[in-house]
Amino acid sequence: MDGTLAIAANNLTSPIILFFILGVAAAFARSDLSIPEAIAKGLSIYLLFAIGFKGGVSVADHGIDTTLVLSLLAGMVLSFLLPVLAFALLRGMTRLSTIDAAAVAGHYGSISIVTFVAATSVATSAGLNPEGYMVAVAAVMEAPAILSALWIVARFGKQSADMEEGLIREILLNGSIVLLVGAFVIGWITGDEGMQMIAPFIQAPFQGVLCLFLLDMGLIAGRGLREARSVLTPGLFAFGVIMPVLGAGFGLGTGMLLGLSPGGVLLFMTLAASASYIAVPAAMRVALPEANPSIYLTLSLGITFPFNLTLGIPIYLAVANALAGG
Amino acid sequence: MQTHKAKRVDIIIEAVMEKRLTNALHKAEVTGYTVLPVLAGSGRSGQWTREGEIGRAGGMVNVSCIVRPERVDPLLDAAFAVVERHIGVVSVVDCEVLRAERF
Repeated sequence: MDGTLAIAANNLTSPIILFFILGVAAAFARSDLSIPEAIAKGLSIYLLFAIGFKGGVSVADHGIDTTLVLSLLAGMVLSFLLPVLAFALLRGMTRLSTIDAAAVAGHYGSISIVTFVAATSVATSAGLNPEGYMVAVAAVMEAPAILSALWIVARFGKQSADMEEGLIREILLNGSIVLLVGAFVIGWITGDEGMQMIAPFIQAPFQGVLCLFLLDMGLIAGRGLREARSVLTPGLFAFGVIMPVLGAGFGLGTGMLLGLSPGGVLLFMTLAASASYIAVPAAMRVALPEANPSIYLTLSLGITFPFNLTLGIPIYLAVANALAGG
Repeated sequence: MQTHKAKRVDIIIEAVMEKRLTNALHKAEVTGYTVLPVLAGSGRSGQWTREGEIGRAGGMVNVSCIVRPERVDPLLDAAFAVVERHIGVVSVVDCEVLRAERF
């Protein structure tokens, strides 16, 4: 227990979390602090590039095994199934319409790559060495949840989803996935030699860039929360905290069944616990325009993202260490 | 200066729908349009601003087309098929242009 509290305290006083909190506080104080859109985009490109490349190098070091393939499959299955659990919870805990509940559920089966990056950083700081291919697991978990959400609407809703042919291609080829997977493959091909060539660029500045990016995320989350407080009922708020914990439980079970290292289990828990706020909202605006975006964006970005970042990841780390570290 | 009557159609729509709308316009043989970023606004769903948007899910764009009056109905039919279920504003105003052969 003391260990868990120490991890939580360390996490809460780390620069990345304190910068996130600064962003939220600045937004609530109505400060004009902002990160220009193009710089924020540049920071996210850097983070995806660095995390993908490092993952690929790690796979080059350790080689491919059946666990890699099984982890990819398990990630995909989790992404398909978690929205069904989320939908059932939402119908039980809130008065959301079928279409709003399905749209929210889709977000919770997909992932937040920033939460994943933060968890990777925490794992590394804690001396864990997660499996490099978890980057690829993150990539495959992005899209299946969107299909689940659309299936839920078709099965339980009165309206149909607008499932046009270009949508799937857009989801699978969205810039974040292409860069993450592309950098992963390049890291895999070039291995340690490639890493030595670009290490000064992707290792030393990484934490600083993550701090700036999380400052921006804090500003966005704070502004979103400030403006959308009216949509947040107690039931929705509770869902935003309970669902990541349940998701993390499924991630824990999956990671342990696969025999992953504690770092790998932590990342699987984090992926299953996180909710998308980039790829899925865009897909939902196209496929389910009747769903209220303030509900799903406020939940995923305003509640679940800060929860995972501040409390969730230290808890998942402690659990992964206790159950998978033996 | 000789001017000619034309119609300007402004369609303010979510950024994620921009490509779909411009594709529909091309199919309707409306090949001239201008896409402008929209900074902020207020409507039935309340106020919104580009500041604090993440990704393209929440942003809006303004697709502006100037056409000959007889081309307005096919343009609106094509646009409406795309924007029908989405938030946004479609407006048509009279205008005058200098070089009619370009529209």
